[in-house]
Amino acid sequence: MSIFIAKRLLTLIATLIGASMVIFLVMEILPGDPALVILGVEATDEMVAALTKELGLDRPAPERYWTWISGLLQGEMGTSYAYKVPVWELVEGALWITIPLAIMSIILSIILALIIGLYAAAHHNKAGDVALMGFSQLGISVPNFWLALLLILLFSIQLRWFPAGGFPGWNEGFFVCIVALLLPAISLATVVGAILARITRSSVLEVYREDYVRTARSKGLSQRATLWLHVLRNALIPVLTVTGIQFSALLTGTVVVENVFHIPGLGSLVLKAINNRDTIVVENVVLLLATMVIMTNFVVDILYAVVDPRLKAHDI
Amino acid sequence: MTLLDVQDLTITLATAEGPARAVRDLSFSLERGETLGIVGESGCGKSMTALALMSLLPERSNTEGKILLESEDLLRFSEKDLCNIRGNRMAMIFQEPMTSLNPVHTIGHQVMEPLRLHKGLDKDAAHAEALRLLDRVGIPNPKARIRNYPHQLSGGQRQRVMIALALSCGPDILIADEPTTALDVTIQDQILELIQNLVSEDGMALILISHDLGVISENTDKVLVMYGGSAVETGRTDKIFGELTHPYTLGLFAAMPKLGMGRNARLATIPGVVPDLMNLPAGCTFFDRCPLASDHCRDASPPVHVLNPDHAVACHNIDDARGKKSEELYL
Ligand SMILES: Nc1ncnc2c1ncn2[C@@H]1O[C@H](COP(=O)(O)OP(=O)(O)OP(=O)(O)O)[C@@H](O)[C@H]1O
Ligand SMILES: [Mg+2]
Repeated sequence: MSIFIAKRLLTLIATLIGASMVIFLVMEILPGDPALVILGVEATDEMVAALTKELGLDRPAPERYWTWISGLLQGEMGTSYAYKVPVWELVEGALWITIPLAIMSIILSIILALIIGLYAAAHHNKAGDVALMGFSQLGISVPNFWLALLLILLFSIQLRWFPAGGFPGWNEGFFVCIVALLLPAISLATVVGAILARITRSSVLEVYREDYVRTARSKGLSQRATLWLHVLRNALIPVLTVTGIQFSALLTGTVVVENVFHIPGLGSLVLKAINNRDTIVVENVVLLLATMVIMTNFVVDILYAVVDPRLKAHDI
Repeated sequence: MTLLDVQDLTITLATAEGPARAVRDLSFSLERGETLGIVGESGCGKSMTALALMSLLPERSNTEGKILLESEDLLRFSEKDLCNIRGNRMAMIFQEPMTSLNPVHTIGHQVMEPLRLHKGLDKDAAHAEALRLLDRVGIPNPKARIRNYPHQLSGGQRQRVMIALALSCGPDILIADEPTTALDVTIQDQILELIQNLVSEDGMALILISHDLGVISENTDKVLVMYGGSAVETGRTDKIFGELTHPYTLGLFAAMPKLGMGRNARLATIPGVVPDLMNLPAGCTFFDRCPLASDHCRDASPPVHVLNPDHAVACHNIDDARGKKSEELYL
């Protein structure tokens, strides 16, 4: 088990290094000079040159990359070009919105997936199954920003049950914040939940055909007991994999959905930073998002080994 | 009272191409402590018969006839009552030891499950009993092995675990569906011997399914030879092997390797393939492969001839078949 974790940890570090390089390169290639954007169209060449030097942007790319990474290793994200404050100050507040939003969404989608997937599998090819799979197909096809707009129209504007957007801040109370995040979470969870529901259904149906399920029944276990004690755990293995993969899609989704709901999370922050050519903020936030995805997959890998004992034997 | 009495068992499976008659008008009985062998080629309905006894046929299937366990018809039992029978009074060992155990549970857990379910044992008692069972079926070092997962065991050991699991509640009837087919030849005999010993120690009745006439002749009291879903020859093992009669049984015998046979000797085969269950012929199912077939075999199902109280054969040309040697019919 420890070898298993150590190996995964090494992969994790290698992936992070790779990701940081790609992010840095993309920002290098992206057109637009931060100094020019900050100073505006009336700036003289001398002023631009002076600011470029002040921001350290005149130094060669490898050096700047190293400054960024070595800073990160010491817990420093650098200073925002546009706001002249430490990047971490901008990121910290946003993080405490995006992470709860992502967690709420993934929990919602798993609950949705298990209820729908298990029900559909139990009513295989009957009306309930067909209807639910039809809905899930719809759920997968609907873009999350459009669903977000529909939800705002229905629940905020028509029914007035939820705020149409914005975020009160955690010091205004836990409950109001959760309420504010609920519609965004639903818009994010719908697609992922629909995908996971379909995987759950097909996985459960597949496991039902396994010989060991017949063995379980031959012991005298009821259908229901067999489902909970023998089918579910095996069926969850592919669901887990897809959950890990979908988590990155979900995080990408937050960028869009946060902007629709005017929620000051990482998604809003990164979009503003791109407009400002605040390269250093963009780089740090994107790397942070990448880290979250990689960490999730790391956790999924470990969960994998917990669910499936066969993996522990093959980890060397 | 007869322990198990199966009358006119007919199993129809719903397939994409339409209904398939996997078993047709099958009747047999089993007394306490008796061993019945069911033998026949692949696809002749042996496993379907076994699963019907356990009421574990695929959902899209229909079973007719009677399966009387001590005079009570299992086909009329509720699902709940069947759960009390399965694993408790009737248990089954399957053909595929590699896939018949759940990969995410320890073998101990899987052996303990029926004990807790049917015998109401608590965790500690079930654990102790599982240790005893694993030891009994010849798993070395059960104390350590009980925590193993199936993938950590060999095929033979997994089949031993399946046996432990099946015997855990001391069933009246054990159904062993080709328990050794998937195993190494060297292990096959050990497993069969183990089953034989355990069954006779506990006085259980055994239904041993095999496509190997040799295995059946050595290990059973009674035989049921199946072809295309029906019985072609039935009776006491010694009587049947004293006078193999049905052309199909003779074919199985001709196809069997025999003691003293040269390494390169060719085994005879029955020409043709098992019939398509979708379009079974009106008459004898063995008609198109039978060396003795005549015209009326095609049109009418064969009558059952009772040669003596312990030997019956379903064949139109019984007089032709009697006294024929297998090598006269098959080369
Ligand atoms: N789920 C199923 N649906 C439709 N037909 C099936 C199904 N399972 C088995 N059959 C068919 O039923 C017939 C009897 O199958 P069965 O498994 O009882 O054969 P068998 O005698 O046990 O053969 P083997 O020695 O290969 O195990 C076969 O022709 C098979 O193709
Ligand atoms: Mg079979």
